[in-house]
Amino acid sequence: MTPAPATPVLSIRGLTVRAERDGQPGQTLVDDVSFDLAPGQVIGLIGESGAGKSTIGLAALGYSRPGCVITAGSVLYKGGDIVHMTERERQLLRGADIAYVAQSAGASFNPAHRLLQQVCEIPIARGLAAPAKARENAIGLFQSLDLPEPQRFGGYFPHQVSGGQLQRAMAAMAMAASPAIVVFDEPTTALDVTTQVEVLAAFRRLIQSHGTAAIYIAHDLAVVAQLADRIMVLRHGKMVEYGDTRDILERPRQPYTQKLVRERTRKFAAAPGAERDERLLTLRNVSASYKSFRNVVHDIDLDVDRSDTFAIVGESGSGKSTLARVIVGMLPRQSGMLELAGETLPASFKERTREQLRRIQLIYQMPDIALNPHQTVYETIARPIQFYFNPPKDEVRAQAEELLRQIELPLEFMTRKTSMLSGGQKQRLCIARALAAKPDVMICDEATSALDPLVAEEILELLRRLQTTHRMGLVFISHDLGVVRRFCNKVIVMKRGAIVDGGAIEKVFAPPLHEYTALLMSSVPQMRPGWLDETLRARSQKQTDAIAQSAA
Amino acid sequence: MSLAVDRAAEHHDTLAQRVRRVPLPALIGLAVIAINIVVAIGAPLIAPFGQSEIAGPPYNPPDGAFLLGTDAIGRDMLSRIIYGARNTIGIALMTTLLSFFLGAGAGFVAATAGGWVDQILSRAVDVMISIPKLIFALMILSILGASIPTMIITIAVLDSTRIFRLSRSLAINVNVLDFVEVARLRGENTFWIVRKEILPNVTAPLLAEFGLRFTFVFLFISSLGFLGLGIQPPAADWGSMVKDNSTLITFGSLIALAPALAIAILALAVNFVVDWAANLTSGLKD
Amino acid sequence: MNWGGRTLINVLAPRIVLAVLTLFIISLVIFFSVELLPGDTAEAMLGHDATVEALATLRRELQLDSPAYVRYWRWIIDLLHGDLGKSLSSGRAVSDLLAQRLPNTFFLAGFAALISVPLSFVLGVITALYRERAVDRGVNFVALAASSLPDFFVAYALILIFSVHLGWVPPISIISPESSLAERLYLTGLPALTLTFATSAYMLRMTRASILSLLSSPYIEMARLKGVSSGRVIVGHALPNALGPIANVTALTLAYLVVSVVVVETVFAYPGLGQLFVDSVSKRDIPVVQVVAMVFASTYIVLNLVADMVALAANPRLMHPR
Repeated sequence: MTPAPATPVLSIRGLTVRAERDGQPGQTLVDDVSFDLAPGQVIGLIGESGAGKSTIGLAALGYSRPGCVITAGSVLYKGGDIVHMTERERQLLRGADIAYVAQSAGASFNPAHRLLQQVCEIPIARGLAAPAKARENAIGLFQSLDLPEPQRFGGYFPHQVSGGQLQRAMAAMAMAASPAIVVFDEPTTALDVTTQVEVLAAFRRLIQSHGTAAIYIAHDLAVVAQLADRIMVLRHGKMVEYGDTRDILERPRQPYTQKLVRERTRKFAAAPGAERDERLLTLRNVSASYKSFRNVVHDIDLDVDRSDTFAIVGESGSGKSTLARVIVGMLPRQSGMLELAGETLPASFKERTREQLRRIQLIYQMPDIALNPHQTVYETIARPIQFYFNPPKDEVRAQAEELLRQIELPLEFMTRKTSMLSGGQKQRLCIARALAAKPDVMICDEATSALDPLVAEEILELLRRLQTTHRMGLVFISHDLGVVRRFCNKVIVMKRGAIVDGGAIEKVFAPPLHEYTALLMSSVPQMRPGWLDETLRARSQKQTDAIAQSAA
Repeated sequence: MSLAVDRAAEHHDTLAQRVRRVPLPALIGLAVIAINIVVAIGAPLIAPFGQSEIAGPPYNPPDGAFLLGTDAIGRDMLSRIIYGARNTIGIALMTTLLSFFLGAGAGFVAATAGGWVDQILSRAVDVMISIPKLIFALMILSILGASIPTMIITIAVLDSTRIFRLSRSLAINVNVLDFVEVARLRGENTFWIVRKEILPNVTAPLLAEFGLRFTFVFLFISSLGFLGLGIQPPAADWGSMVKDNSTLITFGSLIALAPALAIAILALAVNFVVDWAANLTSGLKD
Repeated sequence: MNWGGRTLINVLAPRIVLAVLTLFIISLVIFFSVELLPGDTAEAMLGHDATVEALATLRRELQLDSPAYVRYWRWIIDLLHGDLGKSLSSGRAVSDLLAQRLPNTFFLAGFAALISVPLSFVLGVITALYRERAVDRGVNFVALAASSLPDFFVAYALILIFSVHLGWVPPISIISPESSLAERLYLTGLPALTLTFATSAYMLRMTRASILSLLSSPYIEMARLKGVSSGRVIVGHALPNALGPIANVTALTLAYLVVSVVVVETVFAYPGLGQLFVDSVSKRDIPVVQVVAMVFASTYIVLNLVADMVALAANPRLMHPR
């Protein structure tokens, strides 16, 4: 923690950005935000989607997305105001003085050029380095970012390397011209947790060794805490709280910040065990695969009871979502047994009876595409009621209203198109639609992953409450071990389509840990600044041990 | 998310505000289309003479009786242009409708059924789409004779391939969305899914395509008429009128270009409206 | 799009097979649609006032006594051996007619392509660069208008201006095998200009659209944020990715060009394949119609195939598999 030196390298004063449509001013995206960035300092910007954090990050480069306009304030760099520069002056600052690392490296690299060419483009184009020297620098950067075969890596096209590697290559591209400031815009959000740890570590090493100042943007406070010296909490474009990382984490003053800090620690009440518990789902030796032979699941055994909140965890590609599709019958199993309350279900949903379909309902990750944007809220909820139970019209209406009450949406939402709802409201509506079928099992496939943390917490609370009142078994599919630990009572851990670990939550997450579970657990960012160091230390220790062991 | 706000705002616009937002070319286009429709429907009331009536001497220059003069056998040019609107637009519209019925129907079936149904339909369309339309239509019409039903069916079948591809790809894009899977898992049948889940989400681009296909068919029929294999005399048709009067053009007569101008103006008007509509729908997507 | 481990050949082979299959099916349709003629084929072809001898000769020539599939087989084998049959109306060998007309049509289409391809490419890039500015709006307006005009309207308008009023060129483009290159260029100027008008609009709009759709992609935003100059963003970052689609559109337009010569050649009385086709169609000279339709279809399909190949070859995922 360095005390802020006298002369900041970047100084943002009263920054205000507004949306603009057909020349008419609209919503305020960033409202009067100010901060100073000292040389070598890292400032973290944190907030939910729509908080304006990316807009601020882009404004630091004098850039505003189409439809946005910087209406007031200044961005001072080396005495000049970037906001009032000509486009040409700004262009010369970008890359050489202030660089940018985007969220999705996969989409942000040009598919037509090799990586080395893209990394070296600016140093060569601006004459900052001779081509040979620039290439040598890039290879050095690849090396320090732990990229495989640094000499050859640059010869690949973007689609030929993995997501984690691409994200690091993007950091190399940002550092290529040794800028004074780098803006990191959610650079690890799209990565798996285990990859995230390595990428975070690589980023931190890089900015520390170059003494680069950075603005680090993320929606995950725990991630920001690992890199930032100071943290600014934003909400609806306004600054909520700004302070040293340790103060924000340990002594948050604003209620919103306090909620954010607490978010990872809240423990949910267990779902009440039924007096006479009942077996709902039974899977034995279930295997299935797509025609492409990727995303396979094999030999899955699991049992879900009515009182269970049953977690399926794993990284992307582990087959956890595939398993959900096998259970609902979208992907027919090729072998094994699947029973719902003692009754064997046909492999494909097409062969299942209406009653069988009704009893298992699925909640999706992206509520945006899980709802027909051309239907109203009422149409969305009423259809399953009519379809499965076909009661008289006023009864449908009454049931729909009751469901809307249960998911805590106002009744006047009934006539709204689903496209007009916010992300959290949409997910509530998806839950209501599933609930309308009065299911025995509700499968939530990453149902809270696409939502902002606080909204996700509310959805979890809602799910728990509904689970209690409706007495249904929940299958909770997630990559987030933190949530699973707090929310579920049983768990299976999946890796490459198979179950590697499983049992009651307390047992699985208590020592001695299964090796892979341990890796996943240690990768979940913790709300304290030292977490990344500890994790890395523990990992290198383990490696040393392993080497020592094999040597012995 | 800002989209939701924008859409909410649009609901409070008055009609006048909405009209004002329509760009000028699109407004002119809408007006031209409206005039053409009125003329086409009211042709017998508006036209001073019948379409095949020999009303005066041949090649009568424009005067009070014949506003645009007469053609080689003394028929009134203006009356023939007015009836031409009825014939040419009417047949083009029927052809486009038939072609949409065939193309979109098959496209939705292919998209939702998948598997071998999709394979067979798509490969058949792959073959049909790489047939040069004008050449083929001319050949078929020369062999079977240029009757109006033959023409409508030939062009509709040839042109339905593009509509098939578009509606299939639109439907497939919607079909993979989770809300369609929800309906499937609920147990809904294919017809319900197409009608309730897919169709409402693809109407806007399909309507824009309807305009484009109409212009294409309309120009196509005019070309056939010009080449002598379109709507047959004595019925008035803009394309064949150009051919009939082409000798006048080499003498510098602008009147002879009037039917060609009528074709150009209507095609342009439809294109202006489609251009605006396409911008509107693409703007809503992002 | 995931190409997995597929190579260029794996992706191209089915398309080549499909093109050959398409040609085969087209030949079937072209041949057997004559069978749809009501009543006696020979009488239908020659009309009711044909003499008994003429009908007998035609029946013998078409070998109407053998079954249709046998005649198809002979027809296709003869075609492949270069024996294209005889014209009903002139009695000349169809191959002679083609030898005379085909080069003329390719000359005209090539001339038009030489103007329209570079023109629309440059205009497409310029309108993309200056989008929403006056240049863009103006060019777009003209392009939209041009694509709405029927070919014969453009042709007659050009005749009216350049032949009737200015008297620079004759209103018809009759060339002979003896014409020199300069003469040919002079005489085909107006038809080539008409074709340029007809095809450039579409190519230009597609070029502009494919560049613009790329400009909204994240890697273009990244290039801007990297500090790449706006010219270089277009030329260095957008264009390489747009080349596939643009080349594809160009090949498709050329295919369209070869077909739209039909109308233009008719207007200018230009002795090409299109005029021959229209003449034969109106005379119901079926043997000529069938062969010329095959020639047009083959050219069209080959150019479509080229368009497919170019689009695929421009995809780095295919050229550099994982």
